[in-house]
Amino acid sequence: MRVAILQFPGSNCDWDSEHAVADILDVPAARIWHKDKLPSETEAVIVPGGFSFGDYLRCGAIARFSPIMNDLKEFSEKGGQVLGICNGFQILCESGLLPGALIRNECIDFRCLNQELKVEDSNEYFNTKILGKKLVLPIAHGEGNFRADEATLSSLEENDQILLRYESNPNGSMNDIAGIRNSTGNVYGMMPHPERSVAPHHPCLDGLPVLKAFLAPLLTSRPTEISSS
Amino acid sequence: MNRFKEGVKVTVFVSPKNTVLDPQGAAVEQAMKSLGHETVEGVRVGKTISFDIEGEDTPESREMLDKLCDGLLSNPVIEDFRYEITEG
Repeated sequence: MRVAILQFPGSNCDWDSEHAVADILDVPAARIWHKDKLPSETEAVIVPGGFSFGDYLRCGAIARFSPIMNDLKEFSEKGGQVLGICNGFQILCESGLLPGALIRNECIDFRCLNQELKVEDSNEYFNTKILGKKLVLPIAHGEGNFRADEATLSSLEENDQILLRYESNPNGSMNDIAGIRNSTGNVYGMMPHPERSVAPHHPCLDGLPVLKAFLAPLLTSRPTEISSS
Repeated sequence: MNRFKEGVKVTVFVSPKNTVLDPQGAAVEQAMKSLGHETVEGVRVGKTISFDIEGEDTPESREMLDKLCDGLLSNPVIEDFRYEITEG
């Protein structure tokens, strides 16, 4: 197991994430229950989408206090790769691992569509050279409206922490933000679902390069392992 | 048989920060206007959370309540909170 996929009561993209990582990208992955310990061999963590704890109180507010979140905090502080998708993004914002918050879509509607996205030049793994300028990924959320105070927003912009922006803003997010990373570049969060666009029967395959970009630090370490064996 | 006979009743009021967009409030405001209340402005929708708790109203218990409110019951990035403590 290299990639841990956290499972909270109400997570529903956990199996899709495992399928994308383990079956499609061929990187060993396992689902880890929120009350269990994060396995010591974990190299990357996906906090999947869904409706953890019924979205009660606020999306991600209760999951944030699950036992495994202490391990996740420690893991991320040591530089471990973390990706929060949709509800996972909301959980990471609630827990303070990513700045800002996600509130109700401005239009009130739950938005479920294949969304055109603009890629930003964020870091060596996530940029327009690797991913191209535009992607299409599915979105499905009622609370994806990214909010942050002015200082936070400008620091996100100045430090190239924006990963993806909506082409035609579906939810009212500030600066059309669809995904961000933390300042150290190891914690990612996005509302679109890369794990739902990795197979021929999916509407598109643009999730593959996004997941590869997230897992790049692991994938690039693989040849070293092979040559040393 | 009131378990909280010795305790207090806490009511927490959570509201969206004035600087944060409140789509729910905007929708409710629109509905109020469509009912003819055209002068209504600045509708904000929050929530109340009430519970009983053992103990008394002391600076220590208020410190504990502040912690509870500022993280679980409200998100300081987007919400403000206040609470009232009454006899249980």
